[in-house]
Amino acid sequence: MKDDYDVIVVGSGAAGGMTAFILAVHGVKVLMLEAGRDYDPVTETPMFQLPSDAPLRGISTPDKPFGFFDATVDGGWTVPGEPYTTSDDADDEFMWWRARMLGGRTNHWGRISLRMGPYDYKPYSRDGLGFDWPMTYEDMAPWYDKTEALIGVFGSNDGLENTPNSSPGVLQPPPAPRVHELMAQKVCQDELNIPTIASHLAILTEKQDYEKWPKELFPGNPLAQKVLRQSMMERAACFWATPCGRGCSIKANFQSTTVLLPPALATGNLTIRTDAMVREVTTDATGKATGVHYIDKRTRKDEHVSAKLVVLAASACETARIMLNSKSTLFPEGIGNGSGKVGKYLMDTVGTWVSGRIPALENMPPHNQDGASGMHLYMPWWGYQQQEKGQLDFARGYHIEFGGGRGMPSAWTFAGLGGQSGGAYGQRFKEEARRHYGTGIGFGGRGEMIPNEDCYCEIDPSGAVDEYGIPTLKFHWKWSEHETNQCRHMQHTFRDIIEGMGGEVHTEIHDDGAKAIAKPGEIIHEVGGAIMGDNPDRSVVNQYCQSHEVPNLFVTDGACFVSNADKNPTLSIMAIAWRASDYIVEQMNQGAFT
Amino acid sequence: MSGPQKKPTGAPRLARRRVLQLIAAAATAPVFWSAPGIATMGIKRGPAGTATDPDLINPNIPWELQLTDAERLLLEVLCDIIIPADEKSPAASAIGAHDFIDEWVSAPYDTMAGDLDRIRNGLAWLEAESARRFDGEFAQLEPAQQTAICDDICHPPAAKPEHAEAAWFFDRVRMLTAMAFYTTREGMNDVGYVGNVPLDRWNPPPAAALKHVGLK
Ligand SMILES: Cc1cc2nc3c(=O)[nH]c(=O)nc-3n(C[C@H](O)[C@H](O)[C@H](O)COP(=O)(O)OP(=O)(O)OC[C@H]3O[C@@H](n4cnc5c(N)ncnc54)[C@H](O)[C@@H]3O)c2cc1C
Ligand code: SF4
Repeated sequence: MKDDYDVIVVGSGAAGGMTAFILAVHGVKVLMLEAGRDYDPVTETPMFQLPSDAPLRGISTPDKPFGFFDATVDGGWTVPGEPYTTSDDADDEFMWWRARMLGGRTNHWGRISLRMGPYDYKPYSRDGLGFDWPMTYEDMAPWYDKTEALIGVFGSNDGLENTPNSSPGVLQPPPAPRVHELMAQKVCQDELNIPTIASHLAILTEKQDYEKWPKELFPGNPLAQKVLRQSMMERAACFWATPCGRGCSIKANFQSTTVLLPPALATGNLTIRTDAMVREVTTDATGKATGVHYIDKRTRKDEHVSAKLVVLAASACETARIMLNSKSTLFPEGIGNGSGKVGKYLMDTVGTWVSGRIPALENMPPHNQDGASGMHLYMPWWGYQQQEKGQLDFARGYHIEFGGGRGMPSAWTFAGLGGQSGGAYGQRFKEEARRHYGTGIGFGGRGEMIPNEDCYCEIDPSGAVDEYGIPTLKFHWKWSEHETNQCRHMQHTFRDIIEGMGGEVHTEIHDDGAKAIAKPGEIIHEVGGAIMGDNPDRSVVNQYCQSHEVPNLFVTDGACFVSNADKNPTLSIMAIAWRASDYIVEQMNQGAFT
Repeated sequence: MSGPQKKPTGAPRLARRRVLQLIAAAATAPVFWSAPGIATMGIKRGPAGTATDPDLINPNIPWELQLTDAERLLLEVLCDIIIPADEKSPAASAIGAHDFIDEWVSAPYDTMAGDLDRIRNGLAWLEAESARRFDGEFAQLEPAQQTAICDDICHPPAAKPEHAEAAWFFDRVRMLTAMAFYTTREGMNDVGYVGNVPLDRWNPPPAAALKHVGLK
């Protein structure tokens, strides 16, 4: 193979897509290796199809765990041929959601895009738990602005504590809330003192300003401006129908495959190889990274490709796995793992649900509530002051995501109606369905987990390998009381909201948070495993995602996260990846990595 | 909230032509990206057609259907007793609820494990009960006779012990009929779902809807 690449990027999701895009528009020759297949949202997305167009009315199956039409290819909680295990003494089984497709999980993610705030970058300084990030929120703010403007995020600036505003003009206007959202807002604000504000989703509510943004984002870079202008022109605004989880054929929401990879390819500086499963990073005698080994999944051959610099962006756990599998004389415990911290401090989000029914919503005058697919309002964490005063028995916050209303009925919407209606059938069943429709509501907590020594992954000591012969991961997990107590607080809060709305709770309310907490990994916000820091003894990479030990090795995905604020991680992953990529370009321009 | 403000008279629909234009514009776009492109080593590859990578645009049911013609005919009658036609929407069989049940009981996943036997045995019980009580086939009975049987088995918690199994069968058929029916356009129209249409702007809820729940 011709090895005329400057940089190899492993993975094509949020982190890999952003890294490749930034490098390519700056003239860096990039080779992207993606384990999944080529994927084109424009031609492959089922937009207006009804559940009745799908096998089994589109319900989730082990093959398509988020439903038939969900965009995930060859993935979900299991990936064919790619097993992993959890240790017997873990609190619960680790659930590892993966997708094997170009663009990774950005094709079907929830698009919730929240900034981490000033507290979130310095959590240790505030309460003595976990670790501080090496940079501050103020350091990151410009990259949040740029990322939001590039990908398109709607939302509002509410000036709330640790819930940062974006710079003026960056956010797109949020869509008006739906009836059940306004009802919840009223109860939360009037009775429970919980702020309820516009959600921030990576969805275009209007066409992007393709004259302004390319110039503002890439001043003095005609190539970047040209490809970005074209890309922004081709993205339509949301037309307020069709679920984002299937992907968006009109490119109104953010997917790496519609927003980052097309303009990156248009520079002529990016080459993508799909079906390329990276096994390990190779090094020379001086400890510099020289390239990677990957398995060509179609020929099953092991290939090697070289470059001046390697960026791992295969998703947090997968990146840790590649590092741990990259063993050599210089790096017997895995590349860049002199600290022994690779695979350590895995974090997910604390999650729990409560659902119920709001009779006041019965017989609502029919009107369209589809909107921008996800929620239009959410509740950011409101208890910072209480925590500061020691009034809560958990240290970190959570935000509330919720759903309900008159969306498209799914196969399960009326599946339980027979029981709920006391055995109705015939005309009475139809009337009960009309009455019940649109009355369900559900609240989900998304809370910060504090990193601990007991949550990590390692290469499975049993010697297990995947179908490509690559050693697989074993996960370890323990929650602390900060998580389980927070979970109990969520359960009680959600009950109070539903009851405040005059509703009835349908799920069991748990006083023991440990009984209600989602499984580790289940919220699919796994981060950590190659945490950043200033101290090479206690961290794997620096604030620019650069390995302390191998200067031409970078980790731009969630593996580098030091804490996992309640804010869903992907926006931060992309902002951090952009900042790291700018740093790589700067260093290259100064003659580094030759 | 700063959503677009406009008189809340049903949102304006985006003309179908315009939608097709949008989708077509996106579809032709890759021409611009014909740069070195994806996968020097790969042929552009769409869905493999496997269970974990099915063709989402042209779905098919890869498993064999198991019910007999006679079983399907009887199910059709029962589905329509559960969801009959009225002025708002058709009966369950008109949207193929019985086909869906066949698809379901024949599928290879854990969710429906045991359902083939349960539905089969239930259908056999229904015929036997019709013969026993009314000396006829269920499909040929008078509506009042059919109802008499269904009333005994329509609510598992209330069913007599000798009807327990039949009641679980009925409950399962009702669940599957509802799943089939309300996921079609006909069923969605019936309950008043008016979405899945592209709009060119998003409006706040109509005043009547807000008033309905006591919001201003
Ligand atoms: C249903 C769902 C909803 C979500 N909702 C939200 C949300 O609302 N907000 C939010 O912030 N986050 C959300 N997330 C999480 C979000 O998807 C991830 O945080 C994000 O995609 C991580 O980006 P990444 O680039 O690290 O990984 P990915 O997007 O997973 O991309 C990694 C890519 O690397 C490839 N790869 C893996 N291993 C190898 C290898 N060995 N060699 C080559 N390639 C490899 C993978 O195939 C994949 O394409 C959601 C996730 C899911 C599944
Ligand atoms: S809701 Fe909007 S952004 Fe989401 S898939 Fe539909 S058109 Fe695209």
